Amino acid sequence: MTTYIIRRLWQMIPTMLGVMLLVFLLFHTFAGDPAQVLAGKISNKADIENIRKQLGVDEPYWKQMAIFAKQVVTADFGRSWSTKEPVSEIFAKRIGPSLTIMVPILIIEMILCVALAMLVAYWRGSLTDRAVLIVCTIAMSVSFLAYIIAGQYLLGYRWQIFPVQGWSDSLITNLTTYAPLPVLLAVLVGLGPGIRFYRSVFLDEINHDYVRTARAKGLPESKVLFKHVLRNAMIPIITNVAMSLPSLIFGAFLLEKFFSIPGLGREVINAVDKSDFPIIKAVTIYLAFATMVFNLLADVLYRVADPRVEFK
Amino acid sequence: MNAQANRLESQYQSGSAGIWQLAWRRLKRDRVAMVSLGIVIAFMLVILLSALGLIAKHWDDQVGVSFAHPTFSGKADNGEALRAEDALPELAVPKDAAIVDLNDVDPLADVMPEIVAKAKQLELSVPPKAQTLAFGGDKWGRDIIAKTIKGAQSSVFVGFAAAFMAIFLGTLLGAFAGYFGGWVNDFLEWIYNVFTSIPNLLLILAFAAVFNSRGLFTVIMILGITGWTGVYRLIRAEYLKHVNREYVKAAEAIGASHWRRMFVHILPNVSHIILVNLSMLVVGFIKAEVILSYLGFGVPVEMTSWGTMLQEAQSELVNGYWWQFVAAAFLSMAVLITAFSLLTDALRDALDPKIK
Repeated sequence: MTTYIIRRLWQMIPTMLGVMLLVFLLFHTFAGDPAQVLAGKISNKADIENIRKQLGVDEPYWKQMAIFAKQVVTADFGRSWSTKEPVSEIFAKRIGPSLTIMVPILIIEMILCVALAMLVAYWRGSLTDRAVLIVCTIAMSVSFLAYIIAGQYLLGYRWQIFPVQGWSDSLITNLTTYAPLPVLLAVLVGLGPGIRFYRSVFLDEINHDYVRTARAKGLPESKVLFKHVLRNAMIPIITNVAMSLPSLIFGAFLLEKFFSIPGLGREVINAVDKSDFPIIKAVTIYLAFATMVFNLLADVLYRVADPRVEFK
Repeated sequence: MNAQANRLESQYQSGSAGIWQLAWRRLKRDRVAMVSLGIVIAFMLVILLSALGLIAKHWDDQVGVSFAHPTFSGKADNGEALRAEDALPELAVPKDAAIVDLNDVDPLADVMPEIVAKAKQLELSVPPKAQTLAFGGDKWGRDIIAKTIKGAQSSVFVGFAAAFMAIFLGTLLGAFAGYFGGWVNDFLEWIYNVFTSIPNLLLILAFAAVFNSRGLFTVIMILGITGWTGVYRLIRAEYLKHVNREYVKAAEAIGASHWRRMFVHILPNVSHIILVNLSMLVVGFIKAEVILSYLGFGVPVEMTSWGTMLQEAQSELVNGYWWQFVAAAFLSMAVLITAFSLLTDALRDALDPKIK
């Protein structure tokens, strides 16, 4: 197992280098001179000159790449071009609010989706099953934006059940006052694809021999589903959750923008708007790394869920 | 039972049907799929007509009053209060201000009579503005129906163009990786790993940050370049499977070139996968375009798309002007995407012989 993990970590290196190369190509060669990019966004000439010097714009490309590689290795991406705050500080400040809404979303969504998909799989082939599937498809077709706009307007503004937007410094207030509406909307949006995905996973399992055996020995259908099928369906469930974990850090950036939550996602959108490249570069590198780590974690968890899985 | 036997018989008589014929037969039996297909075709016709300039050509005309109510809602005018607010407060003229003869300082004084005369020649015909429009008007009094059609045109065009680009890239790279294997495969797998290790929306935003110009072409480029990975994966797997099949070996034996074997012999056998993925990508890209345009990184406002309409609708909703929101988000976008997704599902079932 240890050798497996070490080998996987070793294999991450070329991918990580590739991500660095992609980011470098995008932001250093393709985007062009920061003096041009920032024209009209930062008026102070000396500031721009400073940025150019930090990036080493006038140096050959290999030297610029070395500067960038050093940033990645030391996790020090310098300062934001627009606010001049160190990027690491921005990260430390922004990650809390993102997690405050993303962790509840992830947990509630997974439990609800799995439970509802079980029910639908239990009624498979019936009218309820078909109706739920069509409702899910319709629900998936409405843009996430429309949910947020309508939810914020109706639940927040019109009926005043939740505050329209806002954020405080206290975690408890945030969780009880400001987070429920964005969490509710995100869960609502996630139900459609989630139920459809888990339903197909459960239906794949239901045709296996062990299910027939379980039924033949007289187990009630609920036990067959929630004990036998659920356990066997763990691998795709783990995969799905692991795949959604990177967004845990990035946050539901649309939610953060609409509800004025000072999270990482909103920071990225603002950075794109202001061509604040250090922030985007840092987020991209960090998230690529996180994605790889979560993938590895998922592979290790497969073993926990299913002892038959062997590490090659 | 009897009907099935008959069908089998007729199949034997006409020779075995190809995959497309069989799929079409299965699709025709699915009522949901046929209704969806009808809706999608209807949307495409409207969009085609609008692209040809036959309808919604004058969507930019200010035909109604600002925020004209929909005719069916029964309310006539609402804008009075608003326009009164908009009107500039009259400038208070100090009473003791000496009246200056402006002719002395006005550089235009000499030509003024001429200008006035010319202005009179131009007949400004401002058509009376409608108090209500069929489905309401926006801030500038533009007809929401025409605007929605125009918006659909941009959004659907972006969706299709980007999907074709992603399919092209994914198929080409997937075919190369699967067909040649070896270092080509390793290299393309490396690129694939790099692209998939960055969350998709972040990748799109990173590209959007770098592409400075905003416009249709940019959005299509961004979505196409970032969206090819799923197709690549599937096509590569198919080519890995097909490259050792006998028909490919036979083609090699009669001297078909690599290129010919890849795209003339193998490609038609994987084209059903391409079709299903194309329609999945179109749905995904229309949604992505809406989000990008909303954030201001996509289709410019003056071109209007569902995304820019939603952006305007957000602030209008607070004032009670719900029609643009309903038209863009539900009546057009949700209907089209639902029909498209249901059709995609049915298409996948129809083209996958394993399910039957």
